Amino acid sequence: MNLALPALVPALPALGAAATLATGRRAPGLARPLAIVPVAVSAVLALVVALQLGTGQTLDAATRLTPTGGPDIALGIHLDGFSSLISVLVGLVATCVQVYSTAYLKDDPRYPSYAALVSLFTAAMFLVVYSGDLIVLLVGWEVMGICSYFLIGHHWETADARSASLKAFLVTKLGDVPFLFGIFLLGADAGSFRIPDVLTAATDGRLGHPTLIALLLLAGVAGKSAQFPLHTWLPDAMAGPTPVSALIHAATMVAAGIYLVARLLPVFLLSGAALVVLAVMAAVTMIGSALCALAQDDLKRVLAYSTVGQLGYMAGALASGDREASVFHLVSHGAFKALLFLAAGVVIHAAHTNSISAMSRMPGLRRRVPDAYWTMGIALVALVGLPPFSGFFSKEAVLTAAEHAANGEALTNGLGPASAVPQTAGWIVLISAGLTALITAAYATRLFLVAFHGPAAAAGAAAPAGPEADAPYSPEVDEADPATAEPPAMRWPLWVLAVPTMGFGVAGLRSDWLPALLDGGSLRPSAVTAVTGTGLALVGVLLAYGAWRSATARLGAGRPAPAAEGRVPGQAGAPAAEVIVADPGRTLLGPLFGPARHGFGVDRLYSTLFVRPVTAAARLVRFLDREVVETYVRSGGLGANLLGRAVRLAQTGNAQTYLSALLAGVVLLAVLVAV
Amino acid sequence: MHLAYPVVLAALLFSVGVYGVLARRNVVLVLMSVELMLNAVNLNLVAFDAWLRDSLHAGQALTLFTITIAAAEIGLGLAIVLLLFRARGTADIDKVTALGDPSESTAEEAPAGAEALKGQAAV
Repeated sequence: MNLALPALVPALPALGAAATLATGRRAPGLARPLAIVPVAVSAVLALVVALQLGTGQTLDAATRLTPTGGPDIALGIHLDGFSSLISVLVGLVATCVQVYSTAYLKDDPRYPSYAALVSLFTAAMFLVVYSGDLIVLLVGWEVMGICSYFLIGHHWETADARSASLKAFLVTKLGDVPFLFGIFLLGADAGSFRIPDVLTAATDGRLGHPTLIALLLLAGVAGKSAQFPLHTWLPDAMAGPTPVSALIHAATMVAAGIYLVARLLPVFLLSGAALVVLAVMAAVTMIGSALCALAQDDLKRVLAYSTVGQLGYMAGALASGDREASVFHLVSHGAFKALLFLAAGVVIHAAHTNSISAMSRMPGLRRRVPDAYWTMGIALVALVGLPPFSGFFSKEAVLTAAEHAANGEALTNGLGPASAVPQTAGWIVLISAGLTALITAAYATRLFLVAFHGPAAAAGAAAPAGPEADAPYSPEVDEADPATAEPPAMRWPLWVLAVPTMGFGVAGLRSDWLPALLDGGSLRPSAVTAVTGTGLALVGVLLAYGAWRSATARLGAGRPAPAAEGRVPGQAGAPAAEVIVADPGRTLLGPLFGPARHGFGVDRLYSTLFVRPVTAAARLVRFLDREVVETYVRSGGLGANLLGRAVRLAQTGNAQTYLSALLAGVVLLAVLVAV
Repeated sequence: MHLAYPVVLAALLFSVGVYGVLARRNVVLVLMSVELMLNAVNLNLVAFDAWLRDSLHAGQALTLFTITIAAAEIGLGLAIVLLLFRARGTADIDKVTALGDPSESTAEEAPAGAEALKGQAAV
């Protein structure tokens, strides 16, 4: 195969980004074509590369980039089914997002730099996906991090965006430091940074410290893919523009961690402990984030927590040793989550608020944005995992993998012995995934019902639009005019993404379709998990619906929801906005609602544990610098000053005095010389 | 003649010169004292030249140099004194302290003197 083709895929968007930045100020008209065309061409090229490569093939090519003291760094390409599949997804989502952004950020003065960063981000993601060398992969990994930082802070006028971008950067870097050491250790143990060599070394058992390597790498994965201890940046990252959330914080960048583990799964299979850690991490992430999503009021934060949870599914599949299921879920999730975010962007654009409780008070919102209403419904059904949408098949693949791992017959597809996966990991993933399926269904239903089927039309109450009090809220500076209908550029990407959302799941059914491209295992859902998973999802939907119905009924009867009673203000004439909304989340979660709304206080915990000590230390350093070090400097200057004043007294201007001093000096010298 | 006589005379002359330079207040007298010191040195040079019977008479030659330079110096010196007197109306060396670095208490006087000198230089 011609190597220029895969090399062009990451290069084109990078060049496009450079060109957009260079011409952005002088020729703003060029920004739109320069943003869309390179990314679109790259997407087509990625598809061509995938088709040329075919199934079951791998392509390895490398040229030595830098000799080092240890293992050399090579500019290498490693193409296989996984990379071609994910690169097609990245290309598709990035193209849709660029087209969508032209309309969404139409009047934004910083659109050229925004588009350039999105292009650069796409290039970096392609680099990560195609790279055959861990160090080059790390370069792409970090470029994505910095692009994410800039894009979250796109609306840097608001304090929320600034602090969110800083938080995202710091938290992901916290994971990247151990990750860097993990790569060094892996390279040192394997004697090479090239991925094929590393994998061979892992299969031959030449790695000296597999558990340590795996745990170090997991720290980076947790940071990038927003897994439990380091997940807190993702919900706050929603302060960025919605298309950015769709591209970076749902479909691609957060998937990079999962992709990396999938690539290096043979290394992880060497260490049962690391797999159990991964499973526990995934389980805590899934359940916690699903509960949080059930309590959020901000539409984008619901989706963000849901992303965290779905990434937990992928991590769970990896912990069960089945990277096929994980990547399958990655791709289907990438499509439907990007769709959800883009649709959410349209809804926010129309409703002019992020708050679903405020949306519920808007009459006729669903007739105002029919495209978003329908595509969001489709994507939510995929998220819940009801057949025949893609989410069903990919989620069932994860559940099946966990079930097999729990029975001690993990589906490693020849990457390692089935016994490499501890049964504990399987059980943890299986149980938590089942629970999460239930809660996911509940919060998806809640989101849909509260946002679009609010009782406001019936009540006719013109309530003030605004988010609920004390709910975490990531507002976005809204550029769009709410009175005009969405331009086509914001509508047709939704339907483009709706196609894979509906149909992609079928690809896993036949073993010579999608599995042939990957490891060749089976992605068919097993009967037990399919029935259980769908059943749990249906129960979740019905529970949420029931709770919503009862809440609406109570509301219709003029009584506030029981959980909200304590919060009704005393004045009868001013019912608080929160009471008007029939929120099934309140009923379902009960006493957990408050903590879940604030992410179970993880942020507050981190603030107490890390942020405050660090600021205190910074204050101490400032004190030492200002009061202690500076005193020495200042007293040095003062001493020289005083000395100068003393010497100055001698300079009287009287020539005779000088001459007398001169004579005295001469006599003194003469006496000294003579004696 | 014994060497002691001219040398003692030269020493006396030099001492008188030093006293004059250090103690007299009139600038002209200070210049004259400088001449005294130079001539004491000349005397020494000639005396030692004779005493050592130098065939090249380096001492005498150097004395000629000194006399020449002294003439030039006194010319310049007197010119300066003249200008100073015109500017200040005085030739008292104790009063001419404009180039000194006065302490803060007398800071106001210095610029005035400097201005006067500058104005004189421009004329």
